[in-house]
Amino acid sequence: MIVAEQKPLPDLQRMLKGKKKVLAVGCGTCVSVCFAGGQKETRGLAKALQTAAAVDGEEMVVEEKTVQRQCVQEFIEPLEDDLSEYDAVLSLGCGVGVQTMAERYPKTRVLPGLDTNFMGQPTEPGIWEERCVGCGNCVLEYTGGLCPITRCPKQLMNGPCGGSENGMCEVDTSIPCIWAKIWDNSDNLNLMDMLMEVQPPKDWSTSRGGGMRRTVVRDDLHQPHAIGKATKSEVEAMETSEEDEVPTPEDPHAGEREDAFLKEMGLA
Amino acid sequence: MTAHANALENTEAAPMWKSGSNLEKILAEGHFAVTGELGPPKSMNTKLVHNKIDMIKDFVDAANVTDNQTGIVRLSSIGTGILMEQEGLEAVIQMTCRDRNRLAIQSDLMGASVHGIRNVLCLSGDHQSFGNHRGAKNVHDVDSMQLIRMVQEMRDLNKFQGGEEIKGGGPRLFIGTAASPFSSPIEMRPLRLAKKVAAGADFAQSQMIFDMKLFKEYMKRVVDLGLHEKISFLAGVGPLKSPVMARFLHEQIPGIVVPEDCIERIEDAGKGIDSDDKKALQEAYRAEGIKLCIEQIQEVQEIEGVAGVHIMAIQWEAAIEPIVRGAGLYPRPNLGPTG
Ligand code: SF4
Ligand code: SF4
Repeated sequence: MIVAEQKPLPDLQRMLKGKKKVLAVGCGTCVSVCFAGGQKETRGLAKALQTAAAVDGEEMVVEEKTVQRQCVQEFIEPLEDDLSEYDAVLSLGCGVGVQTMAERYPKTRVLPGLDTNFMGQPTEPGIWEERCVGCGNCVLEYTGGLCPITRCPKQLMNGPCGGSENGMCEVDTSIPCIWAKIWDNSDNLNLMDMLMEVQPPKDWSTSRGGGMRRTVVRDDLHQPHAIGKATKSEVEAMETSEEDEVPTPEDPHAGEREDAFLKEMGLA
Repeated sequence: MTAHANALENTEAAPMWKSGSNLEKILAEGHFAVTGELGPPKSMNTKLVHNKIDMIKDFVDAANVTDNQTGIVRLSSIGTGILMEQEGLEAVIQMTCRDRNRLAIQSDLMGASVHGIRNVLCLSGDHQSFGNHRGAKNVHDVDSMQLIRMVQEMRDLNKFQGGEEIKGGGPRLFIGTAASPFSSPIEMRPLRLAKKVAAGADFAQSQMIFDMKLFKEYMKRVVDLGLHEKISFLAGVGPLKSPVMARFLHEQIPGIVVPEDCIERIEDAGKGIDSDDKKALQEAYRAEGIKLCIEQIQEVQEIEGVAGVHIMAIQWEAAIEPIVRGAGLYPRPNLGPTG
């Protein structure tokens, strides 16, 4: 899940200064699980902001709504009709949610209410830890199911640095040295031979190195404009042609790949 | 071209040495090697560099020059290394993965090479959060293991990491790695060294050793794995300056174990001296630190698989001379110019 925290109140007050009517939009998925931007938090924050403004002698109305999934355009569609009433939207979605709002409603001032931290998991009540940086080329096969790209501050791929002590990391002694854990896991799983192989430099082109990534992983599901910047008429057009066959984009290398595959399997 | 001429040309073309560095030759000829360390200044004050060079150059076969150690910006290791080479002190430039991606590393190594640098120590690098630019973004495009392999392939296969040929040949560098025998998981450490050997490391320098019993156990495993025949292992030693420093190293630096009897020895050296006489105390501690270091060098010399020592006299380069002389390792062999 995506883990986020609310921005400090003074930051939010500064952002919203001078606005008369604000809509706080919560999200019922990840950020609600980490108690940052769900319905309850959104209600609470709306109240707090309104009170704080009143204390400062300003008039600001903060209303709130929570959508189930702010990162998917269909889910924020119902907000459209009312948006013109507000001077600003304070999004309590993660960074993706904020941008989904901003892109879908380019005439509305959309502001971020949360600081989005990472992809992670709750490990104990009140503690969330990062687990994946979405490098686009998963190495967990070689590392006993634990991610050194995310969890080793030096992103080492071939074993621990000299700073590992008593199972903890020198960079932050409150977090485990993930390589100590990888070692233990690999030992338990009889994967030590794998640890002894020199892992070559990683191909970071699937990661953040080259800018924004756009992935179409499922050609069979990919319908240009079905999701995203679809206008109402486009959506209508799509609905009316529901029964028509959606042409799958041509894959120029499909034939070659199939041949190679058959060959490898000894079938060609 | 006749077959004979062809063979001749091949012999000429094939380098006798991997790098031709003094350190490589010293080790190849079976001398007990001595390396030191030179920390560049946090400025462009080359006078400081020259002073340090003068202090150590006759007493070591080569000296490491640190690369923004502990994440603190200093005069660059390559820049300082060039000054050292100009003055006849062979440099082992440290290269960390923290600050450069694979493009910068390869380009800098070629740059160092054309300036006559022949040794490189491949490191992950201390995390920037320890230094004076804590908000910096680290790189870690390759890790230290991959760096070793990359340099080895540049040198032996004349190829860039990306696969393209290096026309005219890659940089001739003697490839070093750091070993931390006492960091956890301790049972993994000899295997980690084995992996570095497989990646292409020629020599290793260890973290500072004070606990000889633990070190002997480690070296026994290294020898049992046959690694000492594939890599030249230089044991790290260093003079303790004071009981406070000894305790600090033991408690704060991962991978350094200073046994209580070592700390006591330094402490005892100050007994009977007026605690207000800071100067006399300091002298007494330091003299004992040097003495202890000499004894430790003599002890590691007897351990199978140890090919030399790496003396880390942190901010105390002047200690190198008495240590090397005291250990009977002076004069250093003169093997002629770097080839
Ligand atoms: S290797 Fe990459 S994809 Fe796999 S868990 Fe780590 S960051 Fe995520
Ligand atoms: S101590 Fe472990 S987790 Fe921390 S930087 Fe070193 S190898 Fe990575």
